[in-house]
Amino acid sequence: MTATARETVLGRIRDALALADPREVTVERAYRTGRTLPDAQRLELLTDRLVDYKARVRVCTADRTARTVAEALSARGARRIGVPAGLDPEWLAAFDGEVLEDSAGIPAPRLGDLDGVVTASAVTCAETGTIFLDGSPDQGRRALSLVPDLHVCVVDLSSVVAGVPEAVARLVPERPTTLISGPSATSDIELERVEGVHGPRTLEVIVRTDA
Amino acid sequence: MSSSPTRPDPTHPDGSGRSGGGTFLGLPAVPPRSPYGTGNLRGDRAFPRAAREELGNEQLRRNLTRATHTIRGKRLAVTGELPDWERLREAGSAIKTDTMNRLPELLEELERKVTERGGTVHWARDGVEANEIVTRLVEATGSDEVIKVKSMATQEIGLNEHLESRGIAAHETDLAELIVQLAGDKPSHILVPAIHRNREEIRDIFRDRIPGVDPGLDAVPAHLAAAARAYLREKFMTVPVAVSGANFGIAETGTLSVVESEGNGRMCLTLPRTLITVMGIEKVLPRYRDLEVFLQLLPRSSTGERMNPYTSLWTGVTPGDGPEEFHLVLLDNGRTAALADRIGREALNCIRCSACLNVCPVYERTGGHAYGSTYPGPIGAVLTPQLAGMDAAKNDPNSSLPYASSLCGACFDACPVKIDIPSLLVELRHQHTEQAGTTAEKLAMKAAAAVMSRPQLFTAAQKAAAPARLVAGRDKVISRLPPPFDGWTDSRDLPAPPRQTFRSWMASEEGAAALRAAAEEGRRSRDGRGGRPDDGHDGKHDDDRPDGRHGDPHHGEEER
Repeated sequence: MTATARETVLGRIRDALALADPREVTVERAYRTGRTLPDAQRLELLTDRLVDYKARVRVCTADRTARTVAEALSARGARRIGVPAGLDPEWLAAFDGEVLEDSAGIPAPRLGDLDGVVTASAVTCAETGTIFLDGSPDQGRRALSLVPDLHVCVVDLSSVVAGVPEAVARLVPERPTTLISGPSATSDIELERVEGVHGPRTLEVIVRTDA
Repeated sequence: MSSSPTRPDPTHPDGSGRSGGGTFLGLPAVPPRSPYGTGNLRGDRAFPRAAREELGNEQLRRNLTRATHTIRGKRLAVTGELPDWERLREAGSAIKTDTMNRLPELLEELERKVTERGGTVHWARDGVEANEIVTRLVEATGSDEVIKVKSMATQEIGLNEHLESRGIAAHETDLAELIVQLAGDKPSHILVPAIHRNREEIRDIFRDRIPGVDPGLDAVPAHLAAAARAYLREKFMTVPVAVSGANFGIAETGTLSVVESEGNGRMCLTLPRTLITVMGIEKVLPRYRDLEVFLQLLPRSSTGERMNPYTSLWTGVTPGDGPEEFHLVLLDNGRTAALADRIGREALNCIRCSACLNVCPVYERTGGHAYGSTYPGPIGAVLTPQLAGMDAAKNDPNSSLPYASSLCGACFDACPVKIDIPSLLVELRHQHTEQAGTTAEKLAMKAAAAVMSRPQLFTAAQKAAAPARLVAGRDKVISRLPPPFDGWTDSRDLPAPPRQTFRSWMASEEGAAALRAAAEEGRRSRDGRGGRPDDGHDGKHDDDRPDGRHGDPHHGEEER
């Protein structure tokens, strides 16, 4: 009877650990966790990081969401946009272009015909300028925020946390999660940074200070 | 060296001489290395020879110096701004060590969770088996193309070459990997694999090899990136199978992770119908929470960014979002052999950030190709021999890797998970010397010990060595000794013996005069009439080494 690869590999690992005893270790999480920062500081930190990544940041209050979304879209000349099915329709009240509501049946290449996409976000880390999308109804499937060339992302300041540990603690592991820190970039040619390779080449972030 | 696709049997024995998986009659067996002659874990020349050739490439050295120094500076800036960086390193190191201690249960947990979430888990004893598994899975989809996310593990096992031998085209989608692939080249850096190429070369490669590319394409990096975007977009939209590696696999939740910059990873992980991920067994992490440590350590150490542009986390299959079929291939390929070494197993903690490459004085000058392995630089010098062995054949090139270092310790300081690479190198040197048995060098050392313990013999030997001055050039350096002593000069230069030995100089009139002068000086200083007029440290004493301490790595770095 031949052992399966699974049995063999697990057996080898047990053998290896028997041949050389494990080194006793305690995982100490002495690094910073559970940090909180006042609103103004989180906003300032986040804005600084996003601008550093060459993302455009617009700050507004919730009652001006629709107007700010429309401004961001028209600034980039977006006429035909996609939105996830669960996005608050009020956000698009001031936009006079064409809106396509996404669904799983729409093939990805068709998303490439869109000028841009508007989504909400799950959580954001100020210290690293990282926006987390988790596939909730107001964020949509991953292809939607990936294929179009412009991503307008709405971030509520209440969902902005100080650091990475605070952000990871808010995630739901089973959800497909995408961390976005600015537009895509490459430094593969002579280490010269080029912004915008395969993902959306433009990232517009709208931070709502009272939401 | 590419994989040998001539082994048709996917259910081959594991090579350990055992039929079962576990211990035989309670006696643990040493796990086997990656099979000889497969994959990309061994070059065709020893490091010193390869390094000598690479050192002749001025463009390579210029590109490398600029790249390593730039990334190094950025890394220092973003690690320095975190007040808890050292505590993060401590935690990262402890989590990885804890992981290795509990590897069997963690892998079983990962398998269970991935399966629960609709994925399929496969186990591969080595690269040959992993290649077979992936090929079978691709064939089952009916596709003769796959798109690939940059992955060290699939590079290690030579997956692309294997797929090609079976009529399947593997398209690399990371810009640098694409450049390397189109040029029929090999990666030279973990993070920026095409760093040895300049923009004009890349333009020429694209003009020659990308179908339908604008023949007037210029060498502006943004334009070159745009050309790659246009070419690859069509692949992303049409190829139904993707192959990726994984930066982390979370046992607790079954979540896999890919960390990247360009968005090619997101494309590959999201758009195709089938996703196949090849992950080394050491990449598992116990808890989802552990990401809070590694998502800080990795980007800051790797690209010197606070966070890389994109990170994808996925757990099995999500209906209506992303691939409908997910396969995870867990790869051993010598990792268990490394795990069986109490000291060497630390190399398995590596998270492939490449910080050690960027600070290494040897890597900076030789580049990645000289190491002959998928894993170059300091970590490659300890990981490669452990995965693939050092003495698998006569004059195994891997046996030279533990010596591809000046033991300066910069890699240890830079490592985000605190792998003590210098100690590992020394341990591997020890093991190599033990394994190598009786060599000319060993015999010479024994003879030297005998001679040095007898003053008369020693004096005679010194006199006998004087003719060696004739072998040395004008620079008073012997670069190559005749056999059987050539092993010594393979990796170092030997200074020519002095015209006169110290002992004979001491006995001469000149020596006696110098001794009297020193005694006089000592007496004066005891009498409180001031010390020596010149302390001798005017900085001009390095005149015999015009380039100061930054000599070529084959020129005395051993002593730094």
